[in-house]
Amino acid sequence: MAEIIKLTTPLDDSQVKKCRAGDNVLITGPIYTARDAAHKKLVDLLDAGKPLPVDLTGHLIYYVGPSPTRPGQAIGSAGPTTSYRMDPYAPKILQAGSKGMIGKGEMGKGVADALQKYTGVYLTSVGGAAALIAKSIKSSKVVAYEELGAEAIVLLMVENFPAIVSQDCYGGNSFVEGLKKYRING
Amino acid sequence: MREINYNDLVANVAKICIDANYNLGQDVIDALQKHLATEESPTGKAILQQIIENAAIAREGVFPLCQDTGFAVFFVNLGQEVHIKGGSLNDAIAEGVRKGYGDGFLRKSIVADPLRRVNTKDNTPPIIWTEIVPGDKLNVTIAPKGGGSENMSEVAMLTPADGAEGVKKFVVDKVSRAGGNPCPPVIVGVGIGGTFEKVAWLAKKSLLRPVGSRNPDQFYADMELELLDKINKLGIGPQGLGGRTTALDVHIEAYPCHIASLPASVNIQCHSARHKSFEL
Repeated sequence: MAEIIKLTTPLDDSQVKKCRAGDNVLITGPIYTARDAAHKKLVDLLDAGKPLPVDLTGHLIYYVGPSPTRPGQAIGSAGPTTSYRMDPYAPKILQAGSKGMIGKGEMGKGVADALQKYTGVYLTSVGGAAALIAKSIKSSKVVAYEELGAEAIVLLMVENFPAIVSQDCYGGNSFVEGLKKYRING
Repeated sequence: MREINYNDLVANVAKICIDANYNLGQDVIDALQKHLATEESPTGKAILQQIIENAAIAREGVFPLCQDTGFAVFFVNLGQEVHIKGGSLNDAIAEGVRKGYGDGFLRKSIVADPLRRVNTKDNTPPIIWTEIVPGDKLNVTIAPKGGGSENMSEVAMLTPADGAEGVKKFVVDKVSRAGGNPCPPVIVGVGIGGTFEKVAWLAKKSLLRPVGSRNPDQFYADMELELLDKINKLGIGPQGLGGRTTALDVHIEAYPCHIASLPASVNIQCHSARHKSFEL
C-alpha cells in the first residue's frame, strides 16, 4: 500500500487529482451527510433551478444515516450506507459543485463518467465499522431537512476520517481491479 | 398452564435489542480473526482489522456496531403450556423494541408504509416468526437485519431439472452480483425447498446458526463448504475491494417440497451478524 494521502476539505481539483483508486486517505474538515430522501430533495431543487439549502462547492457528501447521539457525544455510530442507491442523483450533485462522495459498494457508470467530467472522487469507508468511524467525527449539526430524522443533512467536522479511494477522476475503479486481481477461475 | 408476566417479557426483549446491537458474537469475531491471518489483499487485511477493532469499541456500550441497527426480526418458540399474563405476546415484543431502541440509542429505521414512507420513530413494528412447540418455556431470539445486506437477497423458483447444480449456480451468481454492496465479508443464508414464502424464511432462519456450524445432514454440510469455497474464489473480498474473504460462512436449510418445484433463496447477512436470545 502506498502512503496515506491527507485530504483537507473542502477539496479543490488538485487534491482530487492526487487520489488514485486503491489509495488510503484521511479526511479532515467539514463534510455533509445526505442519503436517499435528502438526495431526492436536493435534486428536485436543482431540476427546478432553485437554490440548495447548503453550498456544495468543493464538498464531500457522506452517505450516512447515523444512530442517535448520546448525551456528551458528537454523534452516534456513523458508517456508510450503500452508494448505488444514489446513482441516479450523484452526477447532478457533482455538477452542482460537490467534489465527491463517501459510501460503500460500487457506483454505476453514470457516476464514474461524472467523476471524470467534473473531477470528483468516490471514497469507500468500511461498512459496519460505524463505531470506529464515529471516533473521527468531532461535531455534528443538522443544517437542513431536520424532519427527515436519520436522513437529515448534517454538517460533520471530521478529523483523520479513514477512507479508501475506490473510483477516481481518471476512470480507475478498485472494485473492478480488486476483483480481477484476486479472482480464481474454476 | 405456566404463566409468564408480560412486563418480564418486555424487559427481556428490550435487553436483547441492546445486547445484539453492541456485542458481536464470539463466533463472528473468531471467523474474522481466522480470515485476517489468511487474507492476501493488504486492503482486505486493513478492512478486517477495522471491523475487529469496531467490535471492541461497540462492546464498550456507547456506539452500536453499525448505525443501521436494523429491522427487529424475532424468532419465537412458544411452549404450548405457556400463558402470557397481562397482555399479548406480539404487543410485549413491540413494546420491548420501542424501549430497547429508545434506551439503547439505536436507529429507528422503519417507515410505516413502503410507498408513503413516514418513519414510525420507534423502530416498530417488529417482524415476529412464532412457532408453537411442546413444553412450558418461551424462547425469544432477535436478529436485527440491516437494509444493505437485505437488499441483496433473492428468491428463485427453480425447476426440479435444475437440481443441486442449479441451486449452487443461483447462490454463487447472487453473491457475485451483490459485490461490495452487502458489506462483505458476509454470511450467506440459503433456503432450499418448501414453498415461495417458506424458502425465504429458511434462508433467514439459517443465519441464526453460529458461524462455523454445519448442517447436520452431511449432503448439505458438504454443499455449504463447496459453496463457501466457490464464493471465496470470486475475489470480491472485504467491502468488494478485492481479496479472499468474501464470505465467512454459508448456511443451508432445506425442507420438503412439491414434485413440480425447486424453490431456492439467498438471504445475505453482513459481518454485523447480530443475534441474541433469552428463555423464560
